[in-house]
Amino acid sequence: MTDLKTSDSESADLETFRTETRAWLEANCPPEMRKPATSDADVFWGGRNAKFSSEPQRIWFERMRDKGWTVPDWPKEYGGGGLSAAEHKVLRAEMARIGARPPLSSFGIWMLGPALLKYGNEAQKKVHLPKIAAGEVRWCQGYSEPNAGSDLASLQTRAESDGDDFIINGQKIWTSYANYADWIFCLVRTDPTAKKHDGISFILFDMTSKGVSTKPILLISGYSPFCETFFDNVRVPKSHVVGTINRGWDVAKYLLQHERAMISGMGERGVGRPLGQIAADSVGTDGQGKLDDAMLRGRIARFDVDEAALAACAERAVDLAKAGQAHPAFSSAMKYYGTELNKRRHEILMSAGGVDALEWESERSRQGARPRAWLRTKANSIEGGTSEVMLGIVAKRILDLPGA
Amino acid sequence: MALVLTEEQSMLRDSARGLISDKAPVSHLRHLRDSKDPTGFSRELWHSFAEMGFAGLLVPEEYGGSGLGYVEAGIIMEEIGRTLMPSPFLATSVVAASVLTRGGNAAQKSEYLPKIANGSLLATLAIDEGAKHRPLQTSLKAVRAGNGFKLSGAKALVVDGHVADLLIVAARTAGAAGEREGLTLFLVNPKAKGVAIERTIMVDAHNAARIEFANVEVTADSVLGEVDQAAGLLDGVLDIGRGAVAAEMVGLSDEVFGRTVEYLKGRKQFGKLIGEFQALQHRAAELYIDIEITRAATMKALQALDADIAKAAPAVAVAKARAGTTATRAVQEGVQMHGGMGMTDQFDIGFFMKRARVCEELFGDANYHTEQLARARGY
Repeated sequence: MTDLKTSDSESADLETFRTETRAWLEANCPPEMRKPATSDADVFWGGRNAKFSSEPQRIWFERMRDKGWTVPDWPKEYGGGGLSAAEHKVLRAEMARIGARPPLSSFGIWMLGPALLKYGNEAQKKVHLPKIAAGEVRWCQGYSEPNAGSDLASLQTRAESDGDDFIINGQKIWTSYANYADWIFCLVRTDPTAKKHDGISFILFDMTSKGVSTKPILLISGYSPFCETFFDNVRVPKSHVVGTINRGWDVAKYLLQHERAMISGMGERGVGRPLGQIAADSVGTDGQGKLDDAMLRGRIARFDVDEAALAACAERAVDLAKAGQAHPAFSSAMKYYGTELNKRRHEILMSAGGVDALEWESERSRQGARPRAWLRTKANSIEGGTSEVMLGIVAKRILDLPGA
Repeated sequence: MALVLTEEQSMLRDSARGLISDKAPVSHLRHLRDSKDPTGFSRELWHSFAEMGFAGLLVPEEYGGSGLGYVEAGIIMEEIGRTLMPSPFLATSVVAASVLTRGGNAAQKSEYLPKIANGSLLATLAIDEGAKHRPLQTSLKAVRAGNGFKLSGAKALVVDGHVADLLIVAARTAGAAGEREGLTLFLVNPKAKGVAIERTIMVDAHNAARIEFANVEVTADSVLGEVDQAAGLLDGVLDIGRGAVAAEMVGLSDEVFGRTVEYLKGRKQFGKLIGEFQALQHRAAELYIDIEITRAATMKALQALDADIAKAAPAVAVAKARAGTTATRAVQEGVQMHGGMGMTDQFDIGFFMKRARVCEELFGDANYHTEQLARARGY
């Protein structure tokens, strides 16, 4: 009976939280921020040189930041909202209800933050986490190298000891937004004699450090979200290593779980107009209001079934993690399915758009937004670990198949 | 609500799993099939189900049941799916109990629900007529005669139809096939004059029947719910059945997958365990992911049914569609990866393939439910 009462009062508290949150969001989320982001300018990434693309974007960000709701579940002492898992779920649901955009997007929130919370020392947490929460510092990720892609642990960027510092030399590639980033979290080889997983350290440094340079890579989408990043005798204090020196692979793997969870959630899932209605705009409908292309209609419906099912699975993954029942490699499963599904979505959009979806440069096509987005999604199943690597991880770590 | 089982639900699963895996492993189904058992299920086991409170799981407490929800019913169905146990649970305890609870009047509930809960009455919903599940196409006719009605027509795939003590028959009292208006449910005694029941031995060795109704007379009291207005009641009850069958398919898929992975870890060819081959590893991993996603979608649907049945249809359509394609994939991969052994009757895998095929047709296949979702989304 005692237990029952506790859970009753807990759920009553949660309902109060829901009511208050709903009212606060209604009062504070500008109408312009209740629509899906349709361009890069609609996403606020923060950072030293950040500019707001609109006044509502600034207002929304600042209001959320002041509540700690750019990172709702981080502890308050590090600039977070201090919400419980259950409250965080309520906040997400209430934001989804009105279609509220995330006020701040950043690799600091999605990737570095969770790794620092688990592996960082107190000083590192105090310095970096509040600046991530407040959108003051924009981070990039130095993982892949020209010869270390799927086989990430074979990375060669070296960090040599020099007193209290490391001297870093080497090259990274596919560094997302390195040209806009203020700081980098980076994997470097600190012991070239150890086995490949054992000589790696996870280190943080300022992108304005002497010897750091970046060069954007033009992609098939015509955009350059990724860079090559070069390190030429970059001096970094040893105190910037997160976790233990030479044990950086543990941190790297933990962060990858978060990265994969993030990538699996890419795409405009569940928001905006249903795919079938977007298709109806270009393809038309028959007398009964059905999409006038039976094969395409079936393809969209099968997509919608899978998308709704994946959304349930993503929700369940969070609930399992809360209950301490999640398999640590499950993010690889979600990453695989989420990215393949997002590619399917954009293939459907291209097919539905027909000739109109082929324009690359025009006002009418918003500078080819649809084909560029389609091409961008092709990276989803490569970045953060390819689909094939994800399946290998599931086979080995979850199914325990031999020799994988 | 969290998409994980509560402590109470985990305990329910454990007790169901204990009973079912102990008393009704796949060899139980095999024995019933090979001995040509006339009932096709075990009454003794059904009484154990009643004693454990499973038979009346959905029956409200005031009628002697446990008054639990659809998530709990799904838990039992998932365990049934693991061993393919032939059981009246789906037809009697899930579908018929739901029809009576949701649509019955006080007298009908008092008469039948306590007997369902104590295991003494088997009941079933007779809905399908053609080769495919099309509830609105119901054309079995009920015409007014005196104070009652006369039923004429035929039903197919009536689960447990040859052992049921009570038939709940969907009939057309008005309108034309395809229309929502004009459907009525009748409670019919299977021993009534004019009822001809043919047990159909199915590919999966589970119970079903074809039933013909030749001017079967029923009284006005045997109408369940409103005359001409059964479509709404049927929507909800069929969705409950769909959610339950989806849960059975999740259990079936999970079991067949577990057996297949074990085989990959034990079978050697070319001097290697076949589970070392990447071609098989990646297919196994994809299947695992498919099953987990379908499991989540099914839990979501069952929770939606518990929360508000009127709004659950899209979630149920997603779950039943996913469950159909996932189970189909699981059994096909199961047989293929077991190689020649998978083709033998001696090996259990084939039983799963056969049951999956029947579950896919029950209450609408993946195409049917994908179509429903497209309509619900307005394209």
